[in-house]
Amino acid sequence: MRNPEKRKTVYLLIPIAVILIGYVLYPALSTLFESFQNKGAVTIANYTDFFSAKTSSNLIALWHSVYISILSVIISAIIGMTLAFIFNKYNFPGRKLFSGIAIMPIVLPSLVGVMAFMFLYGEAGLVPNAIKDLFHLKDIPFKIGGITGILIVHAYTMYPYFYMTVSSALNNIDPSLEEAAYNLGAGRWRVFWEVTFPLLTPALIAASLLVFMVSMASFSAPFLLAGGYRVLSLQIYFSKMNGNLDMAATQSIILSVVSIAFLLFMRWFQNRKDYRMANKGIGAHQSEVNHPFMKIVMVTIGAIGMVILLLPHATILMMSLVPQGAWTWQTYPTKFNFENFVLLFQDPEILHPLKNSLVISFIAVLGDFIFGMITSYVLVKRKFIGKNLLDILVMIPWALPATVVGMNLILAFNHASVFSLGKILVGTFWILPLAYFIRFIPLVVRSTNAVLEQLDDSIEEAARSLGAKWFYTFRRIVMPLILPGVLGGTLLAFVQAVGEFPTSVLLYTLDNRPISIEIMNQLRMFNTGQAAAYGMIQVVLIAVVLFISNKYLGVKSENTL
Amino acid sequence: MSSVSLEAVQKTFGKTTAVNDLNLTIHEGEFFTFLGPSGCGKTTTLRMIAGFYYPTIGTVRFNDKDMTTVPPEKRNTGMVFQNYALFPHMTVFENVAFGLKVRRLPRADIRKRVISVLSKVRLGHYSDRQVSQLSGGQQQRVALARALVVEPEILLLDEPLSNLDARLRDDMRSEILRLQREFGITTIYVTHDQVEALSMSDRIAVFNFGVCQQVATPEEIYNKPANDFVAQFIGETNVMPASLIYKDEHHAVFKLEPAGQKIKVKKTNCHISQDKGHLALSIRPEGVNILKQHCEGDNIFKGKVVFIQFTGALFHTHIKIDKHLIIRATQLNTEANISFNTGDDVWVHLPQENVRVVPKIEVTANA
Ligand SMILES: Nc1ncnc2c1ncn2[C@@H]1O[C@H](COP(=O)(O)OP(=O)(O)OP(=O)(O)O)[C@@H](O)[C@H]1O
Ligand SMILES: [Mg+2]
Repeated sequence: MRNPEKRKTVYLLIPIAVILIGYVLYPALSTLFESFQNKGAVTIANYTDFFSAKTSSNLIALWHSVYISILSVIISAIIGMTLAFIFNKYNFPGRKLFSGIAIMPIVLPSLVGVMAFMFLYGEAGLVPNAIKDLFHLKDIPFKIGGITGILIVHAYTMYPYFYMTVSSALNNIDPSLEEAAYNLGAGRWRVFWEVTFPLLTPALIAASLLVFMVSMASFSAPFLLAGGYRVLSLQIYFSKMNGNLDMAATQSIILSVVSIAFLLFMRWFQNRKDYRMANKGIGAHQSEVNHPFMKIVMVTIGAIGMVILLLPHATILMMSLVPQGAWTWQTYPTKFNFENFVLLFQDPEILHPLKNSLVISFIAVLGDFIFGMITSYVLVKRKFIGKNLLDILVMIPWALPATVVGMNLILAFNHASVFSLGKILVGTFWILPLAYFIRFIPLVVRSTNAVLEQLDDSIEEAARSLGAKWFYTFRRIVMPLILPGVLGGTLLAFVQAVGEFPTSVLLYTLDNRPISIEIMNQLRMFNTGQAAAYGMIQVVLIAVVLFISNKYLGVKSENTL
Repeated sequence: MSSVSLEAVQKTFGKTTAVNDLNLTIHEGEFFTFLGPSGCGKTTTLRMIAGFYYPTIGTVRFNDKDMTTVPPEKRNTGMVFQNYALFPHMTVFENVAFGLKVRRLPRADIRKRVISVLSKVRLGHYSDRQVSQLSGGQQQRVALARALVVEPEILLLDEPLSNLDARLRDDMRSEILRLQREFGITTIYVTHDQVEALSMSDRIAVFNFGVCQQVATPEEIYNKPANDFVAQFIGETNVMPASLIYKDEHHAVFKLEPAGQKIKVKKTNCHISQDKGHLALSIRPEGVNILKQHCEGDNIFKGKVVFIQFTGALFHTHIKIDKHLIIRATQLNTEANISFNTGDDVWVHLPQENVRVVPKIEVTANA
């Protein structure tokens, strides 16, 4: 090769390609391959099985998944958009505080969120029982469960996607666009539908896509709330637990196909029109709310919303302070202390899962940090053939539901292979760090891409022409400049890894069980206080990380999704 | 200090030929300028010298050493980028010290050399500033200091002044020249500003569509353009397509196309015209005389004033000879010259020593 730069690109590409092929592509293909296996033969029997009317449970589960996902999108869109409009377009006392609280659901990892909702609104939940006692009813007036339960939890955890993307889009709309429309004689309603709403389209599409995919992949909510209600992500888990790997693989493929089809559809829809604004936002104006009655209404709505939004957090905190055995048959807990947290340091059995989670997540995101930074550098700054392909490979773990990622790993590494260095990884410690590593590659790569794209090529060239070798330049110039972005992404990956449930439940062993699995165990033993204490630790961890990345690493909260 | 030579260099990007068959030698200590319209391959050539691109065909030599595929960090060139490319996470001092640190100089030496170069670019007091706190002109001087401090063989500047306002640009021009003379460094300067090129350079290479049209001193480029493109790109000129009808040992007579006026030219101005290609006559507006009365003599044509523009020191006049030919003339603002108006009949005189014969090149896009 005449060109030493090309040689360098190739040297960088080789390890990236090996990792992506070995741990992303090969596992995905293993699942695809397995789905065409039945009793040792290559057939499409699994698929005919899936779609046959006889065992309609699969088809029903597929339909339920799609149905729940669509409803989740609609409900989250309505809540998120309404709040975004109220908080960004009107100014009233407490606006800043309310708008800050509106994103609080993101600090609850999904399993912890579901747990909070069960404590609050479930069979033995605090709210239904309080209402029962208050009004001297014979039975609790309601409880969440089944499809409504799943939808309520989805709405709560997913409306922030809409809230954040729409808020930031609203703030980026040049106010003069709306003013121009008013000036041309359009009324409020017209301005909204013909100017504001079309400009929000990209934000709405992005949020819909996210919510749809997250709902399709949603595991914790159905796992705890579904009762007899079937959804596809859960079916995969059941098939796997029943030892029916062929069917689990088939279900995984179908779930992935639906998710990816939706992704492609949205991409296509988004590319049809160019909504880019001619110049950058100047920060939207807010209309003052002056009418005293409206002011009171706004503030009241805000306050009630705040209570509803923070109730789950408060519940987790409160439950974590209830010692074991202090809340068995009374309606309400009466005794509070720090026993559950103290136990963490006294009982190695209780500390063990926390330690596991931290260690596994640390190993995984350390890998993501290094791999993500190099991959992103190659993707953004180097020219080579097959870049699109690499881009797609990197994004696969994002597009696939977590349950599928877990299945892929099982099917790829439940036997020895080159990529596992001739060992069986399933059932060992290392399968979980590997799973978390793969899950969070896209997050780190994307957050690094964002900063690398801002970095002018000439900075690197300047260093080279001053005599610095490539590696020195990378270490002393490129790395320090992109570090905040990479660290921001890595920290987020870390806290998400600590709470990761769907892959863990497929891959854990007794020795490496992480917090999320232990939460399930404690719940099963009705040891709610300890479960809540684990949850509380995660909440605090996430809150601290979000605060740090916002404050010191310049990561915007809407980029955290 | 090095000389640079490019031998039969070609660079293609996909189907675009950015630079084609370029042969150039830049001497030691010379201030050499690449001049040409946007997209003509100046930056590409500079980047091949810096080592950011490798030529598709051809050889790059520093002195007599083949540098064609040597990576940029081993070339010892100092480059000043159009956007300066200062390292935003470092102070002025750290930026300038970077190249010396890479070269593993002792700390004390680094300190001494950075301070000395910073005082040369008059930034002595700014060494602890973050680069984002500097004005455009100051940033530019940091970039220059950073490139100079490593004592490069060759200094490369890619339109370093294009981001500055007019006043600062003038100051920086003399600043760059002063430093270049002081360090005596071989310098290659890229610009599309002809005033900059003419006033600063020892020699200029004029590019068009990836092809080098002429390499010469500023005076030669201006007074003896190699072809009609160079004549038109540098300064103003009247270009008239023509063909030879007669020549003797002192003069040549040309016929203008298509109207057929005859123009007599001094033989010494014709030496490029030997080849068979199309020819053109070129005369600078300041070389044209305007006469109010008819006089006998060669190269005098009757015309009508169609446009007059006054710019202070100068008058620009357009005189229509016939429907194919409008001659532009520039005259100093002296009393003798002020006395005609649009619509007046005048006679233009094209003194034969001011008329130059140039080959007419086919100007076709190869993009
Ligand atoms: N990396 C590249 N990839 C593809 N084409 C390129 C690349 N760099 C330059 N070109 C093409 O090569 C030609 C010459 O470009 P170059 O940057 O050298 O022009 P220039 O003379 O510096 O112009 P300007 O005055 O606008 O800076 C242009 O047609 C340009 O589009
Ligand atoms: Mg250029």
